[in-house]
Order: sequence, then structure tokens, then C-alpha cells
Amino acid sequence: MAKFNMNTLVLSLLLAVAPLLVNAEEAPRPAPDPILEKRVLAIAEELRCLVCQNQTIADSDAALAVDLRKQVREKLAQGMSDRDVTNFMVERYGDFVLYRPPVKTTTWLLWFGPFLLLAGGLIVLGITLKRRAHTEPTEALSETEKRRVATLLGTITETKEKT
Amino acid sequence: MKRFLLPLLVFASLVIFLAISLRLDPKEIPSPLIGKQVPAFQLTQLQEPEKMISSADMAGQVWLLNIWASWCVSCREEHPHLIDLFKLNVAPIVGLNYKDGRQDGIDWLRQFGNPYGVSAFDNNGRVGIDFGVYGVPETFVIDKLGVIRYKHIGPLTPEVINGKLLPLIKELNRG
Repeated sequence: MAKFNMNTLVLSLLLAVAPLLVNAEEAPRPAPDPILEKRVLAIAEELRCLVCQNQTIADSDAALAVDLRKQVREKLAQGMSDRDVTNFMVERYGDFVLYRPPVKTTTWLLWFGPFLLLAGGLIVLGITLKRRAHTEPTEALSETEKRRVATLLGTITETKEKT
Repeated sequence: MKRFLLPLLVFASLVIFLAISLRLDPKEIPSPLIGKQVPAFQLTQLQEPEKMISSADMAGQVWLLNIWASWCVSCREEHPHLIDLFKLNVAPIVGLNYKDGRQDGIDWLRQFGNPYGVSAFDNNGRVGIDFGVYGVPETFVIDKLGVIRYKHIGPLTPEVINGKLLPLIKELNRG
């Protein structure tokens, strides 16, 4: 009986001290809804962080990116569609916030410029190839030229032997 | 001589494009809010938490909205110019104290001086997002109908105030 009491005492003392040993971290976010989080992430990956312009708001830990992610989550939880949320951001930050800029007159050069460059390159290539085909093949060396080559090569080998 | 012409042209156009892009500041993103109605907000006043300030309170006059925070280094740089602008008394300046502690904001104004008729206390930055704020300080010029006419990103300088803000405020006040 005494032993049992002792055990209980030790156990209750341990339990009483236990909370002090736990180095509590900040509480995790209240049970995240996996489907919602997936949508938040999908949208966040399409939005540019305006403070650190080469990162998406999903990548960035800048205060603004954190706020915008929070905003996206809240808007989705309120029942807004993905497109509504994106539009919400564009209304405030402009097309610049989109990693995939929309195709419109001001962005034509951006979207089609690379193809223009490609076409230009192909044209230059075509012209060069055509020109090359027209040039006459160089004639074979004449007898005198061959002899000159031989003497020149000979002098080279001679100088090499001397050294 | 002719064979150098094409590379020269290519080089020249490259130089022109690079020169232009050197002058552009990628941090200055054109705001889609210009020409639109000012986002409606209602917040507590920084210095008097029991009182409210809303965008509707400012209707019918040309006013400025300046986004600032006590933690913002460039705000300190801009501050003397803002005080100068305040002394000219051309338009009321509303402050938006963005993501700041209430006491920090109040202390900051006490230390450096208060150019704002009133500052709205945007503790969680929600109103800031509605204004598309991404760098503090930012300044908006809003006309009598509540339409945003101009946005300046970064600290105000005497050049911006004299060259842009004052002529615009004058013009808007006349209209």
C-alpha cells in the first residue's frame, strides 16, 4: 500500500513538473483544411511578391507576402472563386502581380517578341545558306602553288629539327 | 565596310534598349487604382482610438493620403518635406499608419512632428492591401469626387512636391 502511494506521489510530481519541461512553440494554425490550403498554394504560386520581385508570394516570407497569403486564404474561405481572388489582387496591384501576364495589346511584344526573334533568325539563316550555295567552290591548287606549299612545309620541319 | 553595318545596327539598338531599361525603376509599378474611386475604409484614429476616420469623411475636398510607419526608414527621410507641405496648407494630409504599434506611431509623431490632420491606424495592413501598398512610404492624391489622381511610391522629395503634387492639387482645387 505504501509503495503504491509512493508511485502515485512520484507520478503526480512528474506530471506537475512536466509543463515546465515543454518548450512550447507557437500554436499551429487551427486545423488547416487541406483542400483550401491546396487552392491557397495554387493561387499564391501565380502571384508575384512585390517586395521581392523574383519570388511568388508562396515562396516569399516577406511581411507583405505573408499578409497576401492570409488574404487569399480568407477570401477563399469566404467562398470567392480562384478567379475572383486573382482579380482582387490585380485590382490592387495591377497585372504586374501576375506571373503569367494576360495577352493584350500592351503585352503583345512580351508574348510574341520571342517568336519574332526566332523568325528573324530563321530568315538570316536562310539567306546565309542560300548565298553560300551560290558561291563557286574554290579551285584545286595549281602545280606552282603545290610546290610552294611543299617548300614552306619543308622550311618548317627544318627549323623544327634544328631546335 | 558594308559588312560592319549590320552588327553596328544590332549593337546600337542593344545600347538603346539597355539605356532605356537603366532608367526604368522596376520598383515603380504603375498602380491600377489611378482614375478609380478611393478604396473605402473605416479605421480608428491613431492618437484617439475611440474616434473613427473613414474615406467618406474626406469627400468633397482634395486630399492626400500618406502611408507611413514608425519602423519605416524612408518615412523619416520624407518627413521634413511632408512637414513643409503641411505648412503650405494646400490640402489636408491623412496618414495611414501601416502595420505599426499604436504607441510606436504616437511616439514617432511626438518626436518628429505631426504633418497629418489625422492618422488612421491600420494595424493589420488590411486597408494597405486595398490601396495596393507594397512599399512604405506611398502617397496618393485624391480629388473632390474621391477619385485617385496620382500615386507616388517612395519618399516624397521637394522635386516631387513642387513638380507634381502642388501643380496637381492646384488644378484639382480649381476644378
